[in-house]
Amino acid sequence: MSMTETNPASGFGGVQARSEAAVSQQARVSVRNLDFYYAAGLPKALKGINFDLPERQVTGMIGPSGCGKSTLLRVLNRMFSLYPGQRAEGEVLMDGHNILDPKLDVNELRSRIGMVFQKPTPFPMTIWENIAFGIRLHEKLNKADMAARIEWALTRAAIWGEVKDRLHTSAMGLSGGQQQRLCIARTIAVRPEVILLDEPTSALDPISTLKIEELIDELKRDFTIAIVTHNMQQAARCADQVAFFYLGELIEVAPAAQLFTAPKHPRTQDYITGRFG
Amino acid sequence: MSTTTIAFTRTAAEHATARAMSRRRRLIDHTVRLFCIGATLVGLFFLASILFTLLVKGLPRLDLLTFTREFQPTTYGDPDAPAGGLLHAILGTLVQSGMGILIGTPIGILVGTYLSEYARGSALGNAVRFVSDVLLSAPSVLVGLFVYQLLVLPAGGFSAIAGSVALAILVIPVVVRTTEDMLQLLPNTLREAVIGLGAPKWKMITLIAYRAALSGIVTGVLLAFARIAGETAPLLLTSFGNNIVSWNLGNAMGSLPIAIYQQANSGFPDLIALAWTGALIVTLGVLAINISARLFLARRK
Repeated sequence: MSMTETNPASGFGGVQARSEAAVSQQARVSVRNLDFYYAAGLPKALKGINFDLPERQVTGMIGPSGCGKSTLLRVLNRMFSLYPGQRAEGEVLMDGHNILDPKLDVNELRSRIGMVFQKPTPFPMTIWENIAFGIRLHEKLNKADMAARIEWALTRAAIWGEVKDRLHTSAMGLSGGQQQRLCIARTIAVRPEVILLDEPTSALDPISTLKIEELIDELKRDFTIAIVTHNMQQAARCADQVAFFYLGELIEVAPAAQLFTAPKHPRTQDYITGRFG
Repeated sequence: MSTTTIAFTRTAAEHATARAMSRRRRLIDHTVRLFCIGATLVGLFFLASILFTLLVKGLPRLDLLTFTREFQPTTYGDPDAPAGGLLHAILGTLVQSGMGILIGTPIGILVGTYLSEYARGSALGNAVRFVSDVLLSAPSVLVGLFVYQLLVLPAGGFSAIAGSVALAILVIPVVVRTTEDMLQLLPNTLREAVIGLGAPKWKMITLIAYRAALSGIVTGVLLAFARIAGETAPLLLTSFGNNIVSWNLGNAMGSLPIAIYQQANSGFPDLIALAWTGALIVTLGVLAINISARLFLARRK
């Protein structure tokens, strides 16, 4: 069985097999009436957000600094739960379950909704151990299966060729762009259904950025992707659907071509033409 | 509308003012630099003087006998009488400091972990940090008195265990501080990256955070070892000192600082010379630990 051909994903309510033909507009994650507070007494950081992440499509999230796009990303995998005082109200539905439910197993959720951060975050261990770390959290694999999975993840993240001869050297010795692709590989290795990318290229040079963007295009065959970016060209290049946020509100969400050519909302128009933000 | 106009170029007078200001700044710079260098030289002079005295007075007895023999009474200058050594004290210091580290390090690491990873901003955390910092600067004789009350009096006698506990209490705040500081240095994104893979918090701490902070924590432990290796007061009240090699943890045990203290006070030139050698051994040992701590830290970076 080759790892590259199968990528089974189990739902909360049962097993869902994903076939190549099933690319659709079907929502993988639905956000309903979401409000978010960083602390009691502070104004809402997100106000009544409603939108969907379509299955196996790339959703770009744009907007000026402080508009709430990263905040929303951190709600989707419950990262905010790490910080007492931060609170989300409303619903984020995945397979009909509300992921904001306090009874939910957040560790399982995070294995299904993976995240890649702005700054590359290699762990202080070998490349091999970096990838194996996430896998071991959720699965018990024998040595051969582990090796196959690691090769699969590194291949999917387009870095296998660069690291295959140095798997057992420290990941800290990789370049910034390589480290970021390693982090993507580490996330993929857990076989999530959704991948959240929080400005994944803002710390990288143009060539590394290009590689990551090509990678995102490749990955959407298998994963539902949400990418926060400050770079509108990047959103235009990568995203199928784009959501524009401003001051904690979702102003407009539309297919990328439509949002960048014929935005409905004047504020979107102002932002994409560079009049503010 | 403003009535003054600002010229684009300076006049000759303005240039002169600028030069005068610049001269003044250079003068202040030179003066302050002189004071800094002077203060450094004063500090270095005393350090060098101490090391020089230690070497001159300690080297004559830095021989094999010192490392292989126990205490002997003074020879009264008789060359045929057996000269004593410091074996009992060296072993005692290694045993008690080692046990102090073994007891104090796990407690210190756990408290430091609590402060850094769990207590952020909580009242209990702030209280623990404050108490730990007070303990860090508390006179060590107080720690000795505390353990004297706690262990020596109930047990009815001095013991190496009491000495080790007293040293452990000195180790704890050092390790708490370095552990907390080193964990705090880790970027939060590293923690979130681990959590984001679906790892529970305890795995994030034990498998990634400790590994990332390892060199700093080890350095802290080594520095704590260096600190307690030279402690006299707490041992005087707990393990008391012993003139022979003792492996019995329930009995009094010798240590280098106490051997130095007792023999330096003896009034006999041969014992005083041995005390100097003991001081030299402690100093070289602490220096070696400090250097290895720095090397360890540098190698990991």
